[in-house]
Order: sequence, then C-alpha cells, then structure tokens
Amino acid sequence: MMEETIRFKLNGVDTELVTDPNQILLWVLRNHFGLTGTKYGCGIGFCGACTVLIDNEPARSCMMPVSDVAGRSVVTIEGLEKDGKLHPLQQAFIDHDALQCGFCTPGMVLTAAGMLDKNPSPTREEIVAGLEENLCRCGAHKRIIEAVEDASGVMRGGNVK
Amino acid sequence: MKNIREKENRTASPRGMKRRSFVKALGGGIVLFFAPWSAIDLSALAPPQRRSLTKDYNAFLHIAEDGTVSCFTGKIEMGQGIITSLAQMMADELNVPLEKVKMVMGDTELCPYDAGTWGSLTTRAFGPAMRAAAAEARAILVQMASEKLGVGTDQLEVVEGVVSEIGNPASNVSYAELARGKKLERYLEIKPSAEDHTQFTWVGKPLKHSDAFEKVTGRAKYTGDLKLSGMLHARILRPPSHGAKLVSADLSAAEATEGVRVVRDGDFIAVLSENRDMADIAIVRIKAEYTFDELNVSDSTVFDYINRGEYRANTVREAGDLTTASQQCTKLFEHEYHDPYLAHAPIETHTALARFEEGKLTVWASTQSPFGLQDTLVRELGMSLETVRVITPFVGGGFGGKSPSQQGVEAARLARITGRPVMVAWTRDEEFLYDSFHPVSVVKVRSGIDSEGRIMMWDYNVYLAGTRGAEVIYDVPNARVTSHGEDRSKYRVHPFATGAWRAPNNNTNTFARETQIDIMAAAAGIDPFEFRLRNLKDERMTGVLRAVAARFGYSPGKLPSGRGIGMACGTDAGTWVAFMAEVSVDRSTGTVKVKRLACAQDMGLCVNPQGALLQMEGCMTMALGYTLTEEVKYEGGNIRDRNFDSYSIPKFSWLPDLECVIMDRPDQPPQGGGEPAIIGIGAAVGNAVFDATGARLFRVPFTPERVMEAIKKPKV
Repeated sequence: MMEETIRFKLNGVDTELVTDPNQILLWVLRNHFGLTGTKYGCGIGFCGACTVLIDNEPARSCMMPVSDVAGRSVVTIEGLEKDGKLHPLQQAFIDHDALQCGFCTPGMVLTAAGMLDKNPSPTREEIVAGLEENLCRCGAHKRIIEAVEDASGVMRGGNVK
Repeated sequence: MKNIREKENRTASPRGMKRRSFVKALGGGIVLFFAPWSAIDLSALAPPQRRSLTKDYNAFLHIAEDGTVSCFTGKIEMGQGIITSLAQMMADELNVPLEKVKMVMGDTELCPYDAGTWGSLTTRAFGPAMRAAAAEARAILVQMASEKLGVGTDQLEVVEGVVSEIGNPASNVSYAELARGKKLERYLEIKPSAEDHTQFTWVGKPLKHSDAFEKVTGRAKYTGDLKLSGMLHARILRPPSHGAKLVSADLSAAEATEGVRVVRDGDFIAVLSENRDMADIAIVRIKAEYTFDELNVSDSTVFDYINRGEYRANTVREAGDLTTASQQCTKLFEHEYHDPYLAHAPIETHTALARFEEGKLTVWASTQSPFGLQDTLVRELGMSLETVRVITPFVGGGFGGKSPSQQGVEAARLARITGRPVMVAWTRDEEFLYDSFHPVSVVKVRSGIDSEGRIMMWDYNVYLAGTRGAEVIYDVPNARVTSHGEDRSKYRVHPFATGAWRAPNNNTNTFARETQIDIMAAAAGIDPFEFRLRNLKDERMTGVLRAVAARFGYSPGKLPSGRGIGMACGTDAGTWVAFMAEVSVDRSTGTVKVKRLACAQDMGLCVNPQGALLQMEGCMTMALGYTLTEEVKYEGGNIRDRNFDSYSIPKFSWLPDLECVIMDRPDQPPQGGGEPAIIGIGAAVGNAVFDATGARLFRVPFTPERVMEAIKKPKV
C-alpha cells in the first residue's frame, strides 16, 4: 500500500492526512476524523445517507476515494453550524419535526444546503427534484419539503413561519 | 399511604447488576421499584415472549438530588417518538416540568425487563403502568413533604416539582430538597387502572421530537458511531444464498492483506481490521465454494406453490350458517388476493459493537429487543445472564426488522475470539440477505349480499399471514374466519426468514377485506361509503369513516365513477382507522399516481398529537411502497434484490397531499399509533384505481404491468 499526503479543507479547517489514497472518504471521515454524522446507508450511492458537501456541491462519500477531495473543501453535518448557531436548515428541520429515526437527516440537510446554495428560491417541484435521490424510510418527506421551503425563506432574509 | 411495602435485603435481581450496586450507582435520592403489571393482557398481543414478565420489582423511577426524575424502561427509541410521549405522561403524573424528566432506555442492566418495542404497545400497555408508578411516586413525595412541613397531605399541592401548602406558598419544599441526602428505596405494589385524572398539563400537548437537536447536528450516536480503544471492524463471509452450504474456503489472499486478521470457527469466517476499508477489501479475496439445496420456488411461482400446500386450519370466528346463507344471497363473490415478501429496509443496517471485559460481555446494538438479544447471547455464547449487558443507542429505523438481532451475536463471537472490541455493521447486501421479510400470503374470500346490499355471508380464509386485521368488522350474521398455516415455521414455504413488518399482516388482511367490500358495493350499485355505513354497527368505525369523508370532501358516486377515489377502513393496535385516496391512472402505461391520501384515526386519548401525526404521515408515506412497488424478487434461496437500485422504496416525487384527522377522545384509554395508518392504503388505492378505470387489482404492489393487465382484461 502506497501512502500519500492528502491536503484538503475539512469543515473550514486546512487538513493534512497521510493515507492510502484509495480509502473511501466515508470511512476516513467516520473513523479517522470521528465525524460520525455522515452515515453508511447503501454503499452504492443510492440512498444519500453519506452525503457531504464538496466545494458546496452535495456528493456521495460512500464510493469516493479520499484522493478525490485533495485541494477541495469538504463540509459534513458537523461543520454546518456557524459560531455555535444552527444552520437555518437545521433549525427548520427541528421546527418542522422533519425527521423520525434521524438516520437520513444529515444527508437530507446537506443535500438541501447544496441545493439552496445554487438556487436560493426553489419552487416546491425543484425541492422535490433536488431531494429525490435521498431516501427516508420513516416517511418524513412531507415535513422535509416544508422545512426546506421554510429555510430558503429564512436564508433570503424572510421571516420564520 | 396504601399498598407500600418497604423491604430490606432484596439483593437478588433477575438481571445484570445486583440491585444494591444498582442503587449505589444511581447515587443519592429516591428510588422506586415497581412491578410492571399491565392493564392489558400482553400475552394476547405480543409475540411469544422468551421470558415471562417478571413479577419481581424493577427499578423504575429515580428522583435524584437535583430533582431530576429518571424513568428506566427497556423500550427503545427508533424514530417513533416515545422518548417524548413517555416523558409527557411522567411529567403530568409527577407534576414536574417536562425538562426535568429523563428517559433511560434499552439498557438491560439499568432497565426493567421488556419483551421488545413492537406492536404499538408502548403507549397502551407500558404507559398505564408507568403513569401509575409515577402517580404513586408523587404520593410518596407529598407524604414526605407533609412530614417535613408539618402539614397534612390534603393541605398540600404540587406545582412544577415543588410541594407547597395551599394558601401559604412560603411553606414549601421541592422534590430536589426531599431527595437530597436521602438513600431511600421504596417498593410499590399496585395494579394500575387505565382511567385516571383528565387534567393534563403535558399529555395531549403537541410536542416535537425531544431528540431533534442531536439528530440534525450529527451528534446523535447510533451503534455504528461508537468507537472503543482497540476496536476492530469485521466483515463476515456470507453464503451467496439461503440454503447454500460452505464446502471450501481459501483464506490465503485475505490473510495476506495488510492489517487484516482472519478468523474461522467452523463455517463462521470473518476478516477484521482497525480500518473498515481493509476489511471490505479482504472479504472479497476469500475464495469460497458452496453446494446448493434450494426450494424450487420464486416470486413468480410462489402463489401456486402456496395453493398446492396443506396447512393446519384454525377457525378463529364462526357465526350463523354459511351454507344456508349462501342460498339466500342474491349475489355471491369469490376472490383471491396476493401479497408478496417485503423488506424492512431501514436506512441504518443491523449494527453491533461487542466488548469483553473482566469476564463481562457488553453489546451495543441497533435492536428493537435488547432483552431478547441478551437472552440470545446468553444461550449462544454459554454465558450467564448477570455477565451479559445489552445497550441500545439511537436506532435508525426498525419497522419490525430489528426484533431479530443476529448481528449482536456475530459481534460477540468475534470479540471473544479476538479478545478485542468488535464492530459488525452489515452492508446493505447483508441487510437484504438476512432481513426477516414480511411473509408472502394468500387470502381467499367468499361473500354474499342480499337485495338490500346487506352482507349476509362472509367466509374468510387467510394463508400463512395470521389473523391480525382479519376481523370481519362488518355486521354480518353468517361469518367464518379461518387462518391457515399460522405457524409458518412448520411449513417449508419460505426459503429465508420472515417476521413482523409494520402492522404485521394487517396490510394483507385489510387489502383483501376492503377490496372485497368494494367489489360488493360496485355489484350492488351502491356508493361504497354508503355500503360500508349500511353494514357497520361499530360506532367508532363509522365515526372515523365519516370523519375521513368530511376531511376529504367526499361526495357519493357509484363505482366506477371515473373520479379515481377509493376508501378503506379497519382496526389495528386497538385503534380505529379509515382512509380515502385519490389517484390518476395512465391508461397507456398502467402507471398509478396517488394524488391525495386522507386518514382519520380514533386512538383514544392521544398523548402527543404531534408525535401521533408524524406516525400517521410516516405510515401513509411508507405504505406507498407496498402499494406501488415493493416486492422482494427471489429464486429459491437466492434473493435478487440486494440494494435500493432494484428494491424501490417511496421517494419525494411520490408524495401525495396528506391529510390526517385524530379523533378527540380524551375519555378513552390511549391506543397504539405507530402502525394503524399503514393498513388501508393498499386497499384504498386499489379501490381508487377501480373507480378510475373499472380495472380490479387483486395483487399488491400495483405495478404498471399488473395495472395494464387488469385494464385489458374483459370486464364481467
């Protein structure tokens, strides 16, 4: 096994890691950095529980070699709070009770964060399309959509419903 | 102070830690032991229990020196919200602020025995016992306050954990002060009654998930998120299919993998590494050969296969005379309904972490049955109950699938072999392979009506599914309900494990019954809502039907009206429930789009209306899966669906408008709410497809091919 030094930004902090470059990002985040909010769900990119933001774009970490993030910025659910304050999406998920077992929640929040970064005022249809490939088995879909609608309003400077 | 006994020297405990050391571990304060008599007969509801409910006292409530009240329960939280609703009940009975109540759940060493978290039983069976214990605890605290303040108990009131003299609030003492410096143990022997005071502060108040903050920030710890020093990640060699026997295994390539240890105990072969990736790499390097001994049955032949079998019949209800009634009916109907295997598919796979330390085994597991797993570990590893502890962190969905917890035994075996803590986290592939599927089943119904549209005869036969939800519910003078092959393990039908899937088999039975009802309504030329009301006597059933119709804005119409509206009703977990659905059907492709779903539910006293609403919405959304797409494909023991690429569960774009009604019944005992709203969606949607197209569906899921086939079938 050839080890390499991988440098990237993790939750806003410059990070250096000496590792086998083929290691999967999901396991590096969970085991090496202890960032266990990123979940394994299916291992083939179909459920979205492992979603992280890479340069503000939602990406599946379960099939991605860690070398792919060299020189890039990775944000996990643990990095979404700013100055001890929840991200508007996190707050909206709490306000709307947009979760049950909570296992898909980090992936949902990060997918929505990436979507709102690109499109701050999505229509309901755009929200549905943006979240479509993230699976929730408990059936919190209705509330997740409402939470994202609400958060997008807050982030544009509107009032919380 | 009635019914209170103080006992000393009660050192024997049926579980883990000795009671003495348990009390010591809690620190000071007041501990109340309580025998969990249940207001309902659990044996009639729960799956067979491996251990009888203990008649011994159990640690139940602890009032700490800072006034915090802890409730210890063997129940677990998996998203259904009981961590909130149980605390609500506790806060009300003890008159304390909700934030002072702490729930300690699913730890076999700290919590009283519990058979498992299933059957929507927590609120209706455990709730009354817990409330009674809390009410009794309050009485004890008031008694102590009375002694301290020198005031009679009838002159005292409790507000937010402070006992004070009525009319003289300066004379007061808090629970915290009462508990301070005390090491008091009390033993309660009371039989709780479900009826109680109706003045609630917290019960009935809609409260959001109390664990949401941890879950949206990634702080919530599920089993797989735990880490112990020296921990190894394991991958276990799995057979390609059920019924396959290992002939040989070449482990050399796996053993040559850097940082990987390979262990073998008979056919049980695993690779372990400090690094999950390396275990993943090593496991596929094992070259294994198998022999196959499989049932010649697949998802396409299983219904014929079932119909060829012979099963023990158990008639669970018989009234009147079916033969005579058949001759008196003006119209007779005979139909067969099919239901496939379903996977639970929680997003968190089965996971366990095991550690041996000083002869003691601790297993953290994603399980719905921590005590069941403890029993299994004792049996499989030849240990004593006192040396095995199971702890349940947050569980990422269960739906019945995490009652079996094989992964806990696997982790424990590997921890024993390696002498290191071992994490076993199943892959999605393993999750499908070892899931205990909702069983495939057949229902055959013969029924008849008279010229007035009254159901005169009902002969209901359910095969391999059991009787949950098989009640006639309608007022039928001549009726028989027979369950065939209820003990499915006796018949070699399923090549893999089957088990309870949310509202076990009630979906099957409600689909069959409510479709048959719709067929009769259509043949009688009577609006299906009117037809149901005409044949129902149960007022709580007609109550939810009327409520759902009102919310839906239902207007009568004869079937098929072309509008695409269907309905269904039924009971589950003590709760009455009715559904309406509106669909559109693409006649060129057979694709069904569910546009609206409404559900009305009478669950007696609703402890947390917000939590109940979430469960209803969750049930209705999850139900779209078994209604439209979910069906495990297999050939013999070879399960073909191994991930979400081919096994399709509900997605955001499927979401219809959801409308929910919870009936206001504060005077009725609380009933189950985790499952009822899933049972009638299949029937309501199927009936709506008939209303839209005139095509009748007898098999879930309603795939486009089946809908097209039904549309093309000549109408009788």
